[in-house]
Parts: sequence; C-alpha cells; structure tokens
Amino acid sequence: MKRTKYSAFVRWLSMASAVLLSGCKAGVLDPKGPIGHDERTLIITAVLLMLVVVIPVIVMTIAFAWKYRASNKKAEYRPNWSHSNKIEVVVWTVPCIIILILGTITWKTTHSLDPFKPLETADNQKPITIEVVALDWKWLFIYPEQHIATVNQVTFPENVPVRFKVTSDTVMNSFFIPQLGSQIYAMAGMQTEVNLLAHETGTFDGMSAHFSGDGFAHMNFKAIATSQSQFNEWVNKVKQAQDPLDQASYDALAKPSEQNPVAYYSSVKPDLFKSIVASYMNSNSDTASVEMQSDSGVTDVR
Amino acid sequence: MLGKLTLADIPYDNPIVMGAVGFMVLTGLIIFALITYYGKWTYLWKNWLTSVDHKKIGVMYFVVALVMLLRGFSDAILMRSQQAVALGADQGYLPPEHYDQIFTAHGVIMIFFVAMPFVIGLINIVVPLQIGARDVAFPYLNSVSFWLFVVGVILVNLSLAIGDFAKTGWLAYPPLSEMQYSPDVGVDYYIWSLQISGIGTLLTGINFFATIIKMRAPGMTLMKMPIFSWTALCTNVLIIGAFPVLTVTLALLTLDRYLGMHFFTNALGGDMMMYINLIWIWGHPEVYILVLPVFGVFSEVVATYSKKPLFGYTSMVYATIAITVLSFVVWLHHFFTMGSGANVNAFFGIMTMIIAIPTGVKIFNWLFTMYGGRVEFSTPLLWTLGFMITFSIGGMTGVLLAVPGADFVLHNSLFLIAHFHNVIIGGVVFGSMAGYAYWFPKAFGFTLNERWGKYSFWCWLVGFYLAFMPLYYLGFLGMTRRLDHYDNPAFQPWLILAAFGALIILMGIIFTIVQLVVSIRDRHENQDVTGDPWGGRTLEWSTSSPPPFYNFAEIPVISELDTFHAMKEKGDYPHEPKQYKEIHMPRNTGVGVFVGLFSFIFGFAMTWYIWWMAIAGALGILGCMIWRSFDKDVDYYVPVEEIERIEGEWLEKVHNYQEKNGKTSTDSTTTQTAYVN
Repeated sequence: MKRTKYSAFVRWLSMASAVLLSGCKAGVLDPKGPIGHDERTLIITAVLLMLVVVIPVIVMTIAFAWKYRASNKKAEYRPNWSHSNKIEVVVWTVPCIIILILGTITWKTTHSLDPFKPLETADNQKPITIEVVALDWKWLFIYPEQHIATVNQVTFPENVPVRFKVTSDTVMNSFFIPQLGSQIYAMAGMQTEVNLLAHETGTFDGMSAHFSGDGFAHMNFKAIATSQSQFNEWVNKVKQAQDPLDQASYDALAKPSEQNPVAYYSSVKPDLFKSIVASYMNSNSDTASVEMQSDSGVTDVR
Repeated sequence: MLGKLTLADIPYDNPIVMGAVGFMVLTGLIIFALITYYGKWTYLWKNWLTSVDHKKIGVMYFVVALVMLLRGFSDAILMRSQQAVALGADQGYLPPEHYDQIFTAHGVIMIFFVAMPFVIGLINIVVPLQIGARDVAFPYLNSVSFWLFVVGVILVNLSLAIGDFAKTGWLAYPPLSEMQYSPDVGVDYYIWSLQISGIGTLLTGINFFATIIKMRAPGMTLMKMPIFSWTALCTNVLIIGAFPVLTVTLALLTLDRYLGMHFFTNALGGDMMMYINLIWIWGHPEVYILVLPVFGVFSEVVATYSKKPLFGYTSMVYATIAITVLSFVVWLHHFFTMGSGANVNAFFGIMTMIIAIPTGVKIFNWLFTMYGGRVEFSTPLLWTLGFMITFSIGGMTGVLLAVPGADFVLHNSLFLIAHFHNVIIGGVVFGSMAGYAYWFPKAFGFTLNERWGKYSFWCWLVGFYLAFMPLYYLGFLGMTRRLDHYDNPAFQPWLILAAFGALIILMGIIFTIVQLVVSIRDRHENQDVTGDPWGGRTLEWSTSSPPPFYNFAEIPVISELDTFHAMKEKGDYPHEPKQYKEIHMPRNTGVGVFVGLFSFIFGFAMTWYIWWMAIAGALGILGCMIWRSFDKDVDYYVPVEEIERIEGEWLEKVHNYQEKNGKTSTDSTTTQTAYVN
C-alpha cells in the first residue's frame, strides 16, 4: 500500500517534471523501457531528496546575507559568536541522514540496474542476443541467433529483453540508447554487456557516448523496436540482402569511415564476434584459440 | 637533424590558427618593445624573473593564469559558436580535427594552466604571511616550480603554431592516445607539457607542506592556524599523494608511444582500463586540490566581511581533513559505465556521496558565520554568496552523478559537462576571483575598483547560469559531449542560449581587465596605507601592503586563532618591536629560469624526436643543478638599518592615518562594536 502510494507520487512527479521539461522528447526523461523508467525515477527521487537540503541552503544564504547586511543596525550583532553545539549537531546530522537514505537507494538500485543483469519479463520471454562492435566510426550489430548483421541500425522486438554484448575493434566507445537506459563502454579485447528492453515500438536514437576520434559526431545509429511479427519479417528481409559478412567484407568495413549508411548482411561468418574480441587477447595464437574453445568463448570484462 | 619537425608543420593554410598565432606573436612583440623602450629588462630580471620571494612568485602565477584564462576562454567561445550552428546540413566552421584539438586544449589549459596557477598563486602569496613566516621552506625550489609550470604553458601554446595539439580529450584516454590512433605530435605535446609542469606542481606541494609544518610562527599550533592555511596544507598533502601518480601514468604512456611498449594499448596484453583507473586516482584528488584552497578563501572572506570569527572552526578543519582522505577513495565514479560489478560501483558511489557530508557542513558553517554578523557586500563577499548558491546546485548534480543508476544515462552527456563547470566555475573560479579581490591590496598596496569588480561578478554569475543550465537540460535530451556536429534540431535553441551565456561571461572577463586598468590608474586614491584595508583577522593583514620582502620585522608570537584581530583588540597594532634584529633572507637566483629554459628545450625536443637536442636539454638541467649546488652565496642578512628605515616609513604612515581617522578606524565596524556591546 505504502509502496504504491510512493510510486504513484513519483509517477505524478515525473509527469509534472515531464510537463515542465516539455519538449524533452527522445531523451533520458522520456524513457521507453523499464531500465530507462527506473533510472528516471531514481534521478527524480535523488534530486528531490537532495533539494531538502539545497533549497534551505539557498534560501538561508540570501536571507542571512540580507538580514545581517551591515546597514541593518536593527539586526543583532554578535561579534564573537562562533560556536554552537546545537547547530553543529544539526549541520552534521541532516546531511548524514540524507546520505544514509540516498546510500541505501544507491546500493539497491546499483544492483537492480546492473547493466549485466539479465532482464526478466512477466511472461518469461526468452531474451534475444545482439552482439555490438564499435568500429571507426560506425556500429556493427551481429545477430548470432538470426545469423545476420547490420550497420548503424539495430532492430529488435518490443517487450523482449535484449542482451547486448559489446566490444570494440578500435578505440573506446560507449554504447548508448538514451530512451532505453544504461550505456556501457565498448573496449577492444573485452566484452561488456547491457540488458535493455523496449516497452513499445518506435525508433530511438543511439550513439557513441564516448569520444573516439574525428568521425565521432557521426557515430550514430537508430534503434528500432518492432512487433514480433514485424521483426521476423525484417530478419527475412535482411537475409535477402546482397552481401554476406565474411572476413574480407568485415576487414573492409572495419577500416575507418564516416557517416556510413545503414547496411544489411545476409549472413555472418560464425563466431565473428568472438574472433574480434580474441584478436586482441594475445598475439600468441595458441592462447587465443584456447580461449575461443573455452565455454564462455570470450573473456568478460569482469 | 630536426626529428619529425619540418616547415610543413606550421599551419599556414589555416586562417583561424594563424590569426591566433599572429595575435600572440604581435602581443609578445608589443610587450617586448614596451619593456625595451622603458628600459625595464634589468628591473624585470632582477626583481621578478629571478625572484625567490613567495609573494612575487605568487603574483607571476596569477598573471600567467589570467593570460591563459583568455586563451582557454577563446577555445570555449569557438566551441560554443560551433555548436550553436553545426546542425544537420550545416557543418559549422570547425572541422573535427580542429574542433577536437580545441576541446582538448580548453580542458588542459583551464585545469592545469588557469585553475592550478590561480590556486597555487594564492597559496604562494598568502600562506607564508598567514603563518608568520618570512618565505617558504625552499625559496629556490619555489622559483624552479614556477618556471617548470611556465614551460608547460609555453609548450601548450606552441602546439598552436608548430604542429598539432592532442585530439583526445583532456585526459588523453588510450587507446585513442596511443601511437596507432594518434600518430602526430599532439599527444606528445600533451605528455611533455603536463609532465614538466606536473613535476613543478609536485615540488610546490613538497615545498608548502614543509613550510606549513615547520615554519609556523611560535605559538601557532595547527588548531590556531588560519583556515586558508589549513586548506592549503590539505591541498599540498593531496598534491604529494596524487601527482606522482600522474607522473607515472604519463611516463607509462610515454613508454608506449616512444618505445613501443604495451601498458595501455589494445594488443599484447595492454589494458586501457589501467590507464583510466590511474589517471583518475590522480584526477579525483586533483579536483579537491583545486577546490579545497578556495573553500579556505571563502572562509576567510565570509568571516572578514561579516565582522565575526568563522563559525565552527574545528568542524571546518575536520571537514577539510575528511574531504582530503575521502578524495582518494572515489575515483571509480568517473567510469561506472566501464563494466565494474554492482558491488564495486555501489561502494564508490556511496563513498562519493559521503564527501557531500563534510562539504555540506562547510556550507552551513559559512551560513552561520554570516548569522549575527554585519555583512558588507564587497566584491569578495558577492563572489562568496554566488559561490554558496551555485556550488550547492553543482554539489547536488554531483551527488546525482555519484548514483551509478543515474550515471548510466547521464555519463559523458552535457549534464556531466554542466556539473563540473558548475563546481569549477562556481567554486574554483569564483573563489579565485574572491581571493584576487581580497588579497590584491596586500600584494600591491592598493585596492581594486569595487564598481568594475561588481560588474564582473554579475556578468560571471548571470553568464554562468545562461551558459550551463541549458547544458544540464541538453544532457537529459541525450546530447553527449565533444560533438562537433549534431542532427537533432531540439538541441539548437539551447546551444544558442549557452553561446549567449558564454558571451556574458566574456563581458565578465573584460570587466575584470577594465577593473585592473582602472585600479592601476586610480592607485593613489585607493592606497592601502595601513596594511589592513578590510579589518582583517589573520596575520597577513598585520604587516604593510605590500609587505616588506622579509614579511615581518619581528616574527609574531601567536596565542589565539584570529591573532591579528586579538592584536588589534589589545591595541598592539601597528606592532612596534622594541629592537630590530638582522633578518636572514635567501638571495635571488636565475638558476630557476635556466632550469626552465633547458626543460623547455628538452620537452620540445622530445615532442619532435630531436634526440640530440633532448640530450642537450637534459644535460643543461643537470648542469644547472650541479652549478647551484656549488653556489655558496645563496643567502644574506638584512642589516638592522635597512629594516628600521622600511618599518619606520610604514609606521609613520599608519600613525598619520590613525591620527586622522581615530585609533581603530582601519576597522570601521570594530569602532561600532563598542557601542553595540
């Protein structure tokens, strides 16, 4: 009961802030999935909690300065007053309490919003895995279950958890779809992971959120959430594409280029993602192949 | 013969760069000509460049910082104007390879060559005076520190004219900063300018740590030390702890780039995550290195202009120490999104929030210092009020970013940019400006013009809010940092507003320059004859303005916290020693300048792979050190007659002033105090 009241309150506040921040379309405050929703709620809760101290401080700053202005001879002047145990206790305790509450919230949400944590849906939807490779300066998406690949566009069904496995075949980048929630770094030789879900269909902006060189500003992509049937159709369409993604076409794609158009690949060389990660593991090919045969295939960043 | 350096490295074809270079060269030539025309070279060399006097070194830090503020701010204007136009089909006027250098240079310059010298300059000018010392522990080392810092400044500016600067962002994250992705000399300029100036900073840290620990006036226990000196002590502890990490991190990157090693590369076992950890193990304490001393400035200012002692001094000291310690265990909050586990992220998030507690306490203490006071709205106090409001907002957004779940969507966005400008402008810049206005008369003997100072303050304050509040909002819209171009039309109005805000800040900077010019023009009317223009409470105000080169004719004996205030209450001001004694002082030396010169040769040569020249530079540095170690004539005694003459002149001025204005009227409110009580 209490909980519902609280979340209703937060919902009301988020709506109020959404009105205040009208025009905030397609941003972090306009989430289209549970992760984004929780993160927005978290942001609003934390800000409100801190305003409990910040607003009084701002008001007191102005009030004290004005009341005790030198020209106001009516105000009491206490030229030697510089200590009060009561005030000291209050000024240490109040921030402590707020940080205690915020710290508790932080501990809980950091675990519940851990990007690596698989998402569960009410109807136990099986997640779809999409492998993401940051290249100079475009995004490659590999669908290991559908055996297709795309560039600068990622499509997935709504209400299905999406497990993005992320790496880089160049410098660091950050994989980010603001309306769906958390970002995660893309790093060569390592695999990170972010689990996201779209509540509704739509096209969302995606980007690299970590500076990666000259073509960085154009390193954007579209994330498209569709219905399951539309998704299946889309997969079939991609399978009709002209080119497969074999090693040669991958090597050509991996060369630096800017403002790449969306591209579809009808098939993908098996284990391409693993081999991209493994290529940085060690120049010693024996070790690399051992890694590849191991169960998990590639070393997780953790 | 000249390594990688060829004539083609000078960007003749780029009108913006050449314009800036031309302007810099022209300004340099005008200054050179003026000095020559007025025959001031000997004066400059003898009295300033070779000086080991902490006050003069402090002033020189401040001068360089103000000049570099203009450079760093030009970069800001370029970025703001680019982002205001670069929507959709319009690519703006800056290509990425240029824009990327600008934001890198802006960050590097503003942190290392503006904020740092502001803070170190203030520490130099004030700390020895506040603790009743005649100079720092190692005056010659102080001069070396300054000149190493200048080398960093010159290298960064030289990269504009010869070659490129780094295109990596101000912390040069690998693998982007590795040879494979940044083969030009930009990152090398970055490495050597930071490495050389960083060593200077480390030496400063050691110097002031020793000074504060060993050279306080008799009776000044640590808990009787003025709060600014306390914050300076903590900052120097942070410098000693953190700067070696920077040195090593840059050295490892250097080994990667110069000797083909693989500490941080993608391949061969290199690990970029190690660099990111290391650079932030330095980088987060660095933030507190900048902000702690300005907390000290605000503490002094708010007490002086409220005509009251600082509220909760002990609390303030412990809060400062708490921040010092905690600042070493929060670095990971700069990369929650790098994939650490939830436990690690939560730990560092919560540690970060805990810093908000002592910081909050400080703000409350400043508030209650005003409570029951007689608050004078002078320029330094306005900066303090502006700070308290602005910094509270910046602190709040900072704690928000410390929540990993929130950071996952706000990291690297313009929200982050708005946050750290909020605390650095609202904290460090406002604090430096407050300190500048507050201690200017101490350094030069005349006060700054109040009217222009207030204009400057209001422009900075309004300009700041206009320039950075839209950035918070853009962060929520999903706009990420370091974009030279964007496709979302919703961004543009806010970016235009931000550019407008930057122009208002520009007015603030111009008014600061006008203020300086006007104040120099009116210096005779605004003279600070007594040495205590504000009714100060701490020791630096007990001596003349500017202080004699030996600071104190007689080292005061301290019995309480606000020593000078107590001296005035007892009627022991101006203090006249019964008998003068000769004073032991260090001699000026040009060795610091030459160490700087050879360091510059070394840094420039390393940047361009001119090995013979690098060896020559290194040998030169070594030679200077050896030469100095054989120099026996490094100190002298100031004869009693000279001290008597200097002190006599000042005492006469103060007595005349007091006769005209009543005994205690240097501190007008103290006179009223008698009636109030």
